[in-house]
Amino acid sequence: MALHEGHDVLGPLLMRDSLDHCVKCTICETYCPVSNVTPLFPGPKYSGPQAERFRVEDEPSPDSSVNYCSGCGICTQVCPQGVHIAEINTQAKATYGETNGVRVRDRILARPTLAGRLGTPAAPLANLTLRNRLLRLAIERVIGIDHRAPMPKFAGRTFQRWARRHASPAASRRVAFFHGCGTNYYEPRLGEMTVALLEHNGIAVDVPKQDCCGLPLQSNGLFDDARGYVHRLAERLAPFARDGVDIVGTSTSCTLMLKREALEILGMEDDADLRAVSGRVYDICEYLLAMHERGELKTDFKPVPETVIYHAPCQQQGHGVGKPALDLMALVPELRVVESEANCCGVAGTYGLKREKYDIAMKVGAGLFEQIAETAPDRAVCDSETCRWQIEHATRVSTVHPVEVLHRASGLG
Amino acid sequence: MSHHDVVVVGTGLAGLTAAVRLAEGGARVLVVAKGIGATHLSPGTIDVLGYAPERVERPSEALRPLIEAEPGHPYAHVGADGVAAAVAWLKDRVANGSLAPYAYVGSAEENLLLPTAVGVPRPSAVLPETMAGGDLRGGDPVCVVGFSALKDFHAALLADNLERSGVGVKARAIELDLRPEGRVDANALGFARAFEDEAFRNAVVAQVADRMRADERAAFPAVLGIADPHGVWATVEHGLGRPAFEVPTLPPSVPGMRLFAILRTALRRAGGSVLLNNVVIGADQTGGRVTALRTRVGLREERRGADWVVLATGGFASGGLALDSSWAGRETALGLPVTGVPAPGEERFRPGYFEEHPMGRAGVTVDRELRPVDAAGERVLENVVVAGATLAGAVPWREKSGDGLSLATGHRAAELVLAASTPAATVGS
Repeated sequence: MALHEGHDVLGPLLMRDSLDHCVKCTICETYCPVSNVTPLFPGPKYSGPQAERFRVEDEPSPDSSVNYCSGCGICTQVCPQGVHIAEINTQAKATYGETNGVRVRDRILARPTLAGRLGTPAAPLANLTLRNRLLRLAIERVIGIDHRAPMPKFAGRTFQRWARRHASPAASRRVAFFHGCGTNYYEPRLGEMTVALLEHNGIAVDVPKQDCCGLPLQSNGLFDDARGYVHRLAERLAPFARDGVDIVGTSTSCTLMLKREALEILGMEDDADLRAVSGRVYDICEYLLAMHERGELKTDFKPVPETVIYHAPCQQQGHGVGKPALDLMALVPELRVVESEANCCGVAGTYGLKREKYDIAMKVGAGLFEQIAETAPDRAVCDSETCRWQIEHATRVSTVHPVEVLHRASGLG
Repeated sequence: MSHHDVVVVGTGLAGLTAAVRLAEGGARVLVVAKGIGATHLSPGTIDVLGYAPERVERPSEALRPLIEAEPGHPYAHVGADGVAAAVAWLKDRVANGSLAPYAYVGSAEENLLLPTAVGVPRPSAVLPETMAGGDLRGGDPVCVVGFSALKDFHAALLADNLERSGVGVKARAIELDLRPEGRVDANALGFARAFEDEAFRNAVVAQVADRMRADERAAFPAVLGIADPHGVWATVEHGLGRPAFEVPTLPPSVPGMRLFAILRTALRRAGGSVLLNNVVIGADQTGGRVTALRTRVGLREERRGADWVVLATGGFASGGLALDSSWAGRETALGLPVTGVPAPGEERFRPGYFEEHPMGRAGVTVDRELRPVDAAGERVLENVVVAGATLAGAVPWREKSGDGLSLATGHRAAELVLAASTPAATVGS
């Protein structure tokens, strides 16, 4: 898969220049999940192409309201003129952070590997802490993480550790698995299922040593740190890409980061390793569907007599590849899949965890939570880990990655 | 590479109409688009033919001489019967759609005269039931209801202009200071959502009822509900004890969004899907047929295989057509020939907005089966049909025909593809 060489889509300056295409049609405002539930965010058009004209390089940024943008990216998706609204707003958030400082809380939330490394060996204690109401109230008071916000459970082991002891059977095809922090520290079982599913379909899986993709740092306006993480990850993955090996990931927002956000938002278009990786990285369901289109996917699925509701996260929609998980699950006999009609669950990575934003995030997701309650499914299915945690938190419905459904339908467990 | 029976390019009225009709006809349909289309910006009415060049009272009658005089007009490829069929199809989709019992009324037989947001009488044929009470061809005096926090709708301007317009309907304005969630300002969608809240609606009704006269009808900005417009409108009328109607606002247009929602849901129910942020930048071709579209998605290029392509990318305003710096016309997705652009040095525009501009009819010229043709009239591609504002030969802003053209040609495009596809080869395969 070659990168599109058109210069018009590369580089932060050119992201910014796209604002000249804005015709003030307001379509982005009608879709913005945040400004539709709170007046604290004035909306993507106002904060993006309009306010951007008043942001001058080397001058302090005065507009704190842009911090209420959740970064879901829906505005960019619906814009009929190709304005990179969400990207402009993410850059404006970083500029605001440079001027006014980034809170300690945001610096912590932006480093999932740090939390993962500290929490994994002390998992029982860490999990107890995060589930203790009094301690959570104290955490909220001291650093501002809402005491009600969904926090994942440390698995107490890492996926990397499992992968080091696992040898993929030899096969004519191979992929490199970019598992992300969520799988490594909180959901190692998802990583194991992904490897098993790929191997079941005749693919050998390499699990390179890897760290965070930098997305949470980028979302929290810490661009310099984010660039460091992106670069180190790209260095690890680039040898595979240069060997013609595809890179697949189960964390849809992190694959999007490597596919285009780091190039577009962080201005890393000159990073040769990242460019090599970017042209080879796929979201797992995108990859499996492409295999199916080539007739390479085993489709002798066993019946899964369940009703599930599928929610495509905003970041998955940012890939622009439709909803491959729906097409894949449609191949499973007796599985009834209801499609979510909502655009966003509200959490947007770390946004909904913050004290001042928790209620907004829950309001954004209200439509989805209602539809889930009405559907009363056996489980919900969603490609993004933070969205799964948010959905489970809000609905108490068990929420899994599409790979888990396919793993089971493939008779693997 | 994915493969579909039909890939529709564009999510405006023409593209969605074609996509829904095709999916209902059994085709596997994929819609690709750069972003959301013009429905969100349009009043949600289907203006079949408003001026030809004098004001038209009966569009279906006026269509026949127009078609005879202008054989290159897109309506000539559809025919008056085709227009009527498309209108009937749309009304049926709305009446049985996701917002039912919200319905469209009217037909191509007769134009109503509706006020615009600035109080100009506008001929319109097919429209939401919520607007029909605004017919200015007679009727009660109008009490225009404005909201101080809704910056896109000025009740006094509407009322004053309506009085001056010569239609003979009396009008006056009242303004309310009720705001959704206490916002300083809100757009039309914010108000539409607020109207679905019973407390907000009751507060509006109480204040309007207080100030309305017994012989008046109430004109509201088109914000009477987004999820249940019929219910909101009916309860407002009931509460007032007087007729009430909607007037389209500046964008975002709530009635346009309702129409989009109805068609988008119909497409989903019929099994079609939509991919946004997929910009078509070319096509693979063999023997005069497109085999796959090339799309730019983020930083990548993808290929989308198709047996048929419906091109409904819009005109110059939507980016479906473009002019380069030397004034050469370009169809942006497939590079189809563009006709009607004056040669360098020749006059392009006249001073008056509603004059016949030399480049006013520029676009992609098609044959009777909506296939694109070159300057010599030869078909360029066999399996591409063109619909909507991309088409050459019409002057929608002069004719008040834009939505009618998009609906009729989108519907016709789907019928042509369904008729040309043998069941075994493509449809439902």
